Amino acid sequence: MFDKSKLDSIAQQKAEWEEKVLNPALKKFPERKKVFTTISGTSVERVYTPLDVADFDYEKNLGFPGAYPFTRGVQPTMYRGRFWTMRQYAGFGSAKETNARFRYLLEQGQTGLSVAFDLPTQSGYDSDHPLAVGEVGKVGVAIDSIEDMKVLFDKIPLDKVTTSMTINAPATVLLAMYLAIAEEQGVPFDKVGGTVQNDILKEYTVRGQYIFPPQPSMRLTVDLIEYCFKHVPRWNTISISGYHIREAGATAAQEMAFTIADGIAYVQACIDRGLDVDTFAPRLSFFFNAFTNVLEEVAKFRAGRRCWARIMKERFGAKNPRSMMMRYHVQTGGVTLTAQQPLNNIVRVALQAFAAALGGCQSLHTNSYDEALCLPTEQAVTVALRTQQIIAEESGATDTIDPLAGSYYVEAMTNKIEEEIEEYIRKIDEMGGTLAAIEEGFIQKEIQESAYRFQKEIESGERAYVGVNKYVMDEPPPTNLLKVDMEVGRREAEKVRRLRAERDQKRVDEVLARLREVSQSDENVMPAVIEAVKAKATIGEICDVWREVFGEYKPESFV
Amino acid sequence: MAQEQQERKIKVVIAKPGLDGHDRGAKLLARILAEAGMEVVYTGLRQTPEMIVETALQEDADVIGISSLSGVHMYFFPRVLELLKEKGMDDVMVIGGGIIPQDDAEELEKMGVAGIFGPGTPTYEIVDFIEKNVRRR
Repeated sequence: MFDKSKLDSIAQQKAEWEEKVLNPALKKFPERKKVFTTISGTSVERVYTPLDVADFDYEKNLGFPGAYPFTRGVQPTMYRGRFWTMRQYAGFGSAKETNARFRYLLEQGQTGLSVAFDLPTQSGYDSDHPLAVGEVGKVGVAIDSIEDMKVLFDKIPLDKVTTSMTINAPATVLLAMYLAIAEEQGVPFDKVGGTVQNDILKEYTVRGQYIFPPQPSMRLTVDLIEYCFKHVPRWNTISISGYHIREAGATAAQEMAFTIADGIAYVQACIDRGLDVDTFAPRLSFFFNAFTNVLEEVAKFRAGRRCWARIMKERFGAKNPRSMMMRYHVQTGGVTLTAQQPLNNIVRVALQAFAAALGGCQSLHTNSYDEALCLPTEQAVTVALRTQQIIAEESGATDTIDPLAGSYYVEAMTNKIEEEIEEYIRKIDEMGGTLAAIEEGFIQKEIQESAYRFQKEIESGERAYVGVNKYVMDEPPPTNLLKVDMEVGRREAEKVRRLRAERDQKRVDEVLARLREVSQSDENVMPAVIEAVKAKATIGEICDVWREVFGEYKPESFV
Repeated sequence: MAQEQQERKIKVVIAKPGLDGHDRGAKLLARILAEAGMEVVYTGLRQTPEMIVETALQEDADVIGISSLSGVHMYFFPRVLELLKEKGMDDVMVIGGGIIPQDDAEELEKMGVAGIFGPGTPTYEIVDFIEKNVRRR
């Protein structure tokens, strides 16, 4: 894009500037640090010029929004057409309490639902299971059966609202429940829209909500993807996640690289099943983090889009442009929030959400300022939602597409992150793919090294963290935090026991036997799961069938 | 002679109770305590109070460090303290970290938890605390 003689002339001018203007200034007044790095450890130069993007090719590297390689965005009009979906992750206690929060958020202007389930639900245990004690309703809503699901979506029209469900190992079960209650509302499967996270690989490395070993888990994952492209075409079958990878300590490039590696594994698994890439790929989606270094985050998103597009086209031979689009949800970085001076978190979240908007996400959750202390109170989540609305309506970021394109810094950083991603993919391929890399502990160790390095920087004071290691204040203890009572657990346990006593047990035994049969064959499990949930089989009962058939995952710990 | 004079290393069990799988802090602390000269055993995920105390018994641990981020602290900490008492192990120091509101932390400390180290605590503070307060044998 820049011709050689122009670049030479700029290089010359830069050298003169360094000699005549910069160096004298540095002698009088040195810079704050010897080396400037992003939070990911990437060094940042004093000033970026065309010299840093000398090989820049607009048509090849950027192109136009909604067209390959999608660097500038996956839709042609982006936010000029419609804002990202404002989709706040919510859930706590019982289905009734969470339903109230959902309706509140929709009334306040959020445009999609996002369900947080409690840990027993995520791990496939009913609320009365011994391992559920103390955990019921604490980090999300407790769902044991389709009856709870009905209450959860009471007065919410499933033909008008899309729902994202953060559920992984038992994703088939929750999707089955959702489809069944939508049907009861009169909404056919092919009109239902939403997402399930359904990303088991990251559970093994950074999140820990696994149930079964990798092979059968991948089978369930592909069963869901396959079932949906045939019967639930508007459903996003997976949300391949980098959010948690970043929360565990990964750098921006690692977040993107390991997510893409997981994505490659899922695409390959579907292809190995015999599915044509262009049938299922358009409904794959992603989920990323947004940290506070706005410019690095924007570069990360752009690099990710370009990488994924190239991989889908060149590695997997996709023909449909929709198969090459990295559509994604973003959540602002939970781990960046401080317990100290919580109001400061409003600023952090605003910057992170701004990065997500400049980066071109399709959907966004903003954390509440009190989340380093507890689940969001109603007041805090309202501020978080307003943050999105203010950025969308008042900042100007939504009036033009990919506004940071062409910035020498942002383009150089996009290229750098892309290179790092490609290097990691190469390494992981050499190891035999993502599953092999996970078994070896490679991904986990890389992440832990980054986490360790960051911790050292904070504790040495090398990197400032406002309120934590700099600008520290004495503070009174916080009040009015949201707490979930142990009583919730007792009530939910009682409820599920009553459900089991009152339902048609013969029918349940039939459907579970059928489920066992199907799971032992290579038939798609989804129809049997749907029958099971309709018969009021509980999530624990369904997962127990699978625990028998597939076994339970026993991890090796990499410290 | 030199071997007898060698001080016995402080033995720490770092545990993740319950179903939560977020172990960044637990693993970091395990590494940093080991760098500080302690002997550290990390239990891995999905530990019940019984499993945690059993590990501490097997390992002859001086300290149990519990990481709790999912709001389960008022169930797990008291249960661990109870089991330690039953087994005559109540000179084992119990400390914790994670998302634990201050009023709950105070209550836990009254029950016998030696210290709760919340978000933002520098790890050297935890190292110092253990070295200063651990039982000496």
